[in-house]
Amino acid sequence: MKTRLTYRADFWVEVISDLLFQATNFIFILVIFMHTDSLGGWNQNEVVFVYGFFMVPYGVFSCFVNMWGFSERYIVKGEMDRILTRPAHNLFQIFLENVDPPALFGSIIGLIIMAISGANLGLPFEWWTIPALILLTLSAVAIYTGIYTTLTSLSFYSDAPTGILPLMYNIQSYGRYPVTIYNRAIQVLLTWVIPFAFVGIYPAALFLERDEMRGMALLTPVVGAVFLCLGLVSWNYGVKRYKGAGS
Amino acid sequence: MLGAYFDFIRIRFLTMLAYRVNYYSGILIYTLNIGVNYFTWKAIYGNGESLGGFTGAQMTTYVAVSWMARAFYFNNLDREISTDIRDGSIAIQFIRPYNYVLVKMMQGLGEGLFRFMMLMIPGMVIAILLFPVQLPTELSAWAGFLVMLFFSFLISSQINVITGLSAFFVENNEGMMRMKRVIVDLFSGLIIPISLFPDWLSGVLKVLPFQAITYLPGSVFTGRVQGVGIWNVLGVQVFWFLVLLIPIVWLYHAARQRLFVQGG
Repeated sequence: MKTRLTYRADFWVEVISDLLFQATNFIFILVIFMHTDSLGGWNQNEVVFVYGFFMVPYGVFSCFVNMWGFSERYIVKGEMDRILTRPAHNLFQIFLENVDPPALFGSIIGLIIMAISGANLGLPFEWWTIPALILLTLSAVAIYTGIYTTLTSLSFYSDAPTGILPLMYNIQSYGRYPVTIYNRAIQVLLTWVIPFAFVGIYPAALFLERDEMRGMALLTPVVGAVFLCLGLVSWNYGVKRYKGAGS
Repeated sequence: MLGAYFDFIRIRFLTMLAYRVNYYSGILIYTLNIGVNYFTWKAIYGNGESLGGFTGAQMTTYVAVSWMARAFYFNNLDREISTDIRDGSIAIQFIRPYNYVLVKMMQGLGEGLFRFMMLMIPGMVIAILLFPVQLPTELSAWAGFLVMLFFSFLISSQINVITGLSAFFVENNEGMMRMKRVIVDLFSGLIIPISLFPDWLSGVLKVLPFQAITYLPGSVFTGRVQGVGIWNVLGVQVFWFLVLLIPIVWLYHAARQRLFVQGG
């Protein structure tokens, strides 16, 4: 963490490039609504609000869980052996070594976007808003962690660098659009197989008082717990099979 | 001498072949990307006839062909080059009797040919089966598209080379590489066709090189640009190919000079 903060310029470059990535998606939404009034029955402010919510858990996730380049760094270069000799849980150590504070700026921007679009929509601020926000954010972070841990643990089995991770980054953002516009197969995929709908549209629907998705929103913590367990189990199993990097 | 460069294409192609399993997942995920974009645009169109000069059917084709073109032209030359620079192995490559940048381009082409056969063609077949993609019937559209696709590769790789070589001058170009990736995807028209942007922005994008990567070939393939127009858009690509050579040559020379200074 401190080493990261040493390079001030890097820090800001990273903040800007993160925000730029978010900006592309944001621009997409704005351009869409220049050409239409509603997207599957959701208006611009609602879609923007969902996007704001989507940014919050994503920022937290990318700050504390960063598996990017795990295979190259830990398996190919043999750093995993060093990790395994220490007493603390290996996955926890890897998370700590890769903490990425600039990512939290995304969460802050997300909260601001939620506040602005929420005010435009006249959303009520209830006593449960803040606790629900925290709970749903943590659940969404658990889903991300579960999915990416599962995928990363694949690198214990195959020698080839897996190209799945970067491609997954493309897919996750689809969970923030009203999933009802997709056909059944993609809906099922985004809900139950790679549940990215639970990091965006479903939990945000709770705050937007969309009754048709309330059940799904309340299911978010359950899905989070299930996928987090799945990730941990496949990770531990992978570590057991791991034999070191040769030398 | 030229034979040596062709060997770089061949070797990279064979290396990629060794890791081909990755590409089965790639086909799946690219298809999913097309699917999600297709349904998003379908919802946007609703009953609307045409947006930014695209009919609904053209948009479907555009989305499919743009993603599949990306499967071909996308490569990680920027990362490879900056890794070479950071671990110092570029010094050895500079004294070898070949042109480093040209070798990288050749390796990129080997990867591109591999992606063309293992990812783009099977992916396109699946996309045609799943979504109402309309293939052009005119021979000129096909020929024009294939030539333009090659230039997409050249221009996208040139941008990658420039980003990679910048590692000589910037302490850490990780952020630059990420920014480049985002900018290319957005401004090349992959995510949104350029004609749908607000006027001022599409005006700006028309004088930038990025549209030559995705938007122009896609326009030819969907039949928005026909006949003589194909020569015009091809001309734009050739223009950018030549213009982008200038910073590459300059960076390459400056980098060699800098390398000698550092090496002492």
